[in-house]
Amino acid sequence: MAVKTTPLFAAHQRLGARLTEFGGWNMPVQYTGIVDEHKAVRTAAGLFDISHMGEFFVRGANAAAFLNGTLTNDVAQLEIGQGHYTLMCGEQGGVIDDLILYRVAADDYFLVVNAAKIDEDEKHLTAFLPAGVSFENASDRYAALAWQGPQALPLARAFFGPAWPEPKRNTLTRASWNCQEILTARTGYTGEDGLELFFAPEIADAFFNALLKAGAPLGLKPCGLGARDTLRLEACLPLNGNDLSPAHSALAAGLEPFLGFKKEALYPGKNFMMEQKAQGLRLKLMAFRVASGPPPRPHYRLFSGSDEVGEVTSGAPSPTLGYGIGLAYVRGDLALPGMHLEMEVRDRRVPVELVKKPFYKRAA
Amino acid sequence: MSQIPATLRYAASHEWVRVDNDLATVGITDHAQAELSDVVYVDLPKPGAQVKAGAVAAVVESVKAASDIYAPISGEVVEANSALAAKPELVNQDPFGEAWLFRVKIANASEIDNLMDAAGYKASINE
Repeated sequence: MAVKTTPLFAAHQRLGARLTEFGGWNMPVQYTGIVDEHKAVRTAAGLFDISHMGEFFVRGANAAAFLNGTLTNDVAQLEIGQGHYTLMCGEQGGVIDDLILYRVAADDYFLVVNAAKIDEDEKHLTAFLPAGVSFENASDRYAALAWQGPQALPLARAFFGPAWPEPKRNTLTRASWNCQEILTARTGYTGEDGLELFFAPEIADAFFNALLKAGAPLGLKPCGLGARDTLRLEACLPLNGNDLSPAHSALAAGLEPFLGFKKEALYPGKNFMMEQKAQGLRLKLMAFRVASGPPPRPHYRLFSGSDEVGEVTSGAPSPTLGYGIGLAYVRGDLALPGMHLEMEVRDRRVPVELVKKPFYKRAA
Repeated sequence: MSQIPATLRYAASHEWVRVDNDLATVGITDHAQAELSDVVYVDLPKPGAQVKAGAVAAVVESVKAASDIYAPISGEVVEANSALAAKPELVNQDPFGEAWLFRVKIANASEIDNLMDAAGYKASINE
């Protein structure tokens, strides 16, 4: 399959980005450097091209009931304009995809899904589409940017002007720029406050440049997937394909708050995971740190004495904290913050400590 | 445009070698450090270890990934650059100077002929 490019590809090249293939897309890894961009998001603001992500609409009188029986979180809790994190699971709770679901009108839902899962999600959602529900894969109709960091909202207020209805956390409103509609969602994947913006691909280049120009005096920088990964890892936000996979249930991934165990609707994996909860988990996704030594990387093995007790799914040196951090599936009986284990790195073992999630939490 | 000192020899895998009599000092090139960016950790061979030309001898870790470093010359490691444990960022700052990685007692001087000169390396990275 040919590697796709986003509407901002030319802009990335102009900015001298280093590009890489990610989820079937040619995406910027970094512009000036991962650490530099990471710090820009923690202290000022960063702008990420997330146009590779998929956008779906599910509409109709039966849309809420359909989504409640397909996705894990309780759709009935969403007021118009609100969104929440939710998952699409297999019968044993294994994660197909994690996504944000927004209720944009009474019977109109907007879904933002992972780039690499667009086709699979579409198949899964349309396999048993009931009467009174329509599905649209609108991914080609939207470009998207994540605008993240403590200066993101102040910048957005100045940029969109007083007519812009500022969204509260996890809600979505509409802004207008040059007579074009911009969907503005107060969500993100960095651990900072900020927005995710969805708009027509035709205006992507001009809009991206206008935002960068407006934000530069307050330290706004274009940021790549490299910084996106270290930022989300510090915030303990799981990455599909690494921390989330069909091999582990969403419950094992620590996502119980999003599993709607109390709702009536039965989604794939619900009964299985409720049973898992009752029985106790064999493996749990845990956060850990390496006080000194090499940073953790995916697939490194964890040991307790001579027993292999876990596998790393994400790891990196934390630019904010200055030591190695990671996420790993750890044997249930050992999965407690404060537990000391060892990580195999090349030909030796390095001590690691399980810690509470997240590694980084922004000041309120 | 990266620096490529004329006095050094180069491996296609982006290591440089400085030959002083029977000793070879090894590091990674400016081009390599720029590609890696933000080096955070360096694993070096211990003195006394035997390294083999073309085989993994060290690991340099950036924020993004761990990258294998290959020995350009076979022989016994006589010294590793201990300064890099505390200051791995030297690899980005001074790849041809303070951030040398290790020194090898050259086992087979003919291996030097397998390495590129500065012009050859420059051509190999399309600069």
